[in-house]
Amino acid sequence: MALRHVNAVVVGAGAGGGIVAKELSEAGLSVVLLERGRWHTYADIDSDELRSQRTPALGNAYGPDDERHRRVAQDHAGEWRVVVPSHWLYNNNAACVGGGTLSYGAMAWRFMPEDFLMRSTYGDVPGSSLEDWPISYDDLEPYYEKAEWEIGVSGDDSQNPFAPPRRRPHPMPPFSYNEEGKLLYDTARRIGLHPFPIPMLRNSVPYAGRPGCINNRTCVGFACPVNAKNGSQNTVIPAALATGNCELRINAVVSEVQIDDRGRATGVTYFDERDRRQTQTADLVVVAASATETARLLLNSRSRLFPNGAGNNNDWVGRNLQGHAYCGAFGLFDEEVYDDVGPGACVAICDYNHHNDGIVGGGLLANEFIRMPYLFTGRRPPGAPTWGRAHKDFQRTYFRRHASVIGPIQEMPIFESRVEVDPVVTDHWGIPVARISGHRHAEDRRGTDFLSARAEEWMRAAGAHTTWRVGQGGGPTASGGQHQSGTCRMGDDPRSSVVNRYGQVHEIDNLFVADGSLHVTNGGFNPALTIMALGFWVADYITREWTGTHFR
Amino acid sequence: MAPEHIGRRTFVKAAGAAVGSAVVLPACASPAPGWRFLTTAEATVVEAIAEQIVPADENAGAREAGVVNYIDRQLTGPFEEHQHTYRRGIAGVQQAADAMFGGRFESLRWAQQTAVLHAMERDEAPGDIWESTSAPSFFELIRDHTMQGFYGSPRHGGNRGFVSFRMIGLDYPRIVGQNRYKMFPGSP
Repeated sequence: MALRHVNAVVVGAGAGGGIVAKELSEAGLSVVLLERGRWHTYADIDSDELRSQRTPALGNAYGPDDERHRRVAQDHAGEWRVVVPSHWLYNNNAACVGGGTLSYGAMAWRFMPEDFLMRSTYGDVPGSSLEDWPISYDDLEPYYEKAEWEIGVSGDDSQNPFAPPRRRPHPMPPFSYNEEGKLLYDTARRIGLHPFPIPMLRNSVPYAGRPGCINNRTCVGFACPVNAKNGSQNTVIPAALATGNCELRINAVVSEVQIDDRGRATGVTYFDERDRRQTQTADLVVVAASATETARLLLNSRSRLFPNGAGNNNDWVGRNLQGHAYCGAFGLFDEEVYDDVGPGACVAICDYNHHNDGIVGGGLLANEFIRMPYLFTGRRPPGAPTWGRAHKDFQRTYFRRHASVIGPIQEMPIFESRVEVDPVVTDHWGIPVARISGHRHAEDRRGTDFLSARAEEWMRAAGAHTTWRVGQGGGPTASGGQHQSGTCRMGDDPRSSVVNRYGQVHEIDNLFVADGSLHVTNGGFNPALTIMALGFWVADYITREWTGTHFR
Repeated sequence: MAPEHIGRRTFVKAAGAAVGSAVVLPACASPAPGWRFLTTAEATVVEAIAEQIVPADENAGAREAGVVNYIDRQLTGPFEEHQHTYRRGIAGVQQAADAMFGGRFESLRWAQQTAVLHAMERDEAPGDIWESTSAPSFFELIRDHTMQGFYGSPRHGGNRGFVSFRMIGLDYPRIVGQNRYKMFPGSP
């Protein structure tokens, strides 16, 4: 039996897709939201120190599973490897209702104006496809505000002199600092930095019917057991369903966007929870499956006018895959600096995000989320024993006497770093899998060298008796991971981008992208709030300009 | 869960006693009752290696934490792909122990056991098994799995009684779920 035709089908119930589904259904469009993962509730939360999105030693708690999913990726030696989601080369994010926002650390950063103007600010970077966004911070500002209020953010930008201009404050007061945060805050002030509380998509006070945070140490990588962490799964998606115009179908694995002979999207093909092939027709298709899977889906959508995949006649789909190069410093202290107040990350500086001598861009620095005891077993100064009595003694002595400051350097986009579809390997459903290849730019290494040195200065000033730097940009493998972005670049020129400034695929005006794939560059910040703002931005265009049969 | 743990703990002690009295168990590939993948002899070796990696001192070590339970259990689950490596690697450890000190690994003195593991780490362990199985890779695998079993959640078979969390001074079990998820409208 054919499924009822709807106005819009949205692929992916993560940060971007959940928001688009809600905005379109509130505007009166009939919407089907397809999600390949499940909808987790407290009863089936299955995360712990070895099974989470942060530490998938025993698998990812929030998908995708290792049994049915595969990717092909190039390793350090350039060898092609078939990898499962719990392998680091898979570059996993998540697969569930909420996507990454169910289990993320929930930092709620607005990109800075310069982050949208990287080429204008820093010039040409040889070997990189560094470019300005077609939209500015000012264009996106109202949508950042919408994301902050509708999803829910705790913060206080007035303490951050580098914060971009805003019309409205955060809806909830900021979180207070834990012990490590207090030490780092006081130190930063003393040495002339500008520390402030990290804005968080997490409730510092009860908000929108959900309770305040209970400060678990198990936060980043875990679903919140009290629902105080805000993602699309507990905000916009329930709101979309409440309109009566949106139907959410879980365990729905989309294999193809159908493009007709006139070059218009007519719907999608997917496999339902019983692996039955289904076709959902729609007036509009919005793809929000995250940078890797969105590119894979478009590339797997071959048609007469787009034989190389939807929107890919200029060979830009899947290009410029990027993420973040994390770096920073660890420090050991004589006194305890740990008070078990989660999630840990609470204080940040933006002193080094831009206009640093000799590097392109920069990044925020913040104290890190609490490291679970198993993760801490790998955190040792260079040359320290990795096992035996001394290793155990270090674990016992320093778990409560160490701190770390880390931050993301925005990676230089590289045209050759990309997502393709593999010609041979398929997943459980017979769909060609994503194939990831490429490398990272040498400039990333310069950026991380710079930022790690600043982190180490901060740590030393805080009184650490031993410090060491961690994380290095550049390298022989492609980037991605939970901050994956860039594969469907937005731009005004169809010859050098995949979608226009509204996320509309060049040449297919009823096909949209609404996730991190759109990012021209990825900012020196966690990207979730920007993906959410873009979701509102894309949806706003659709609801304003769609007449029911065509765009104005 | 609890009876099973106690049963296995007693069993492990019995196995250790058997080895202590110099009974050399034949290496056979079928798991003994109580183990999922490892043979009794293999379990004894894995336990001894794990204890080297996280030794008992004023706090419990890997043996008391039941790390071998963790590894055995995961070898029939998420670590299934490592079954062959474990089988070969454990045999390689015995080859190296025999070549270096003329005895089975679990019966060597502490410092001798340490020397065997250091040789594996440096890819200097004797034995033809290491020509086809990488000694440093196997050591790194069992080292990492031991850390997981000692410092991870007890629900996977290790960290018995939250021994590592007690050592670090973390509350246990994790305090979660005072307020359960309210089912949102429309959620399944």
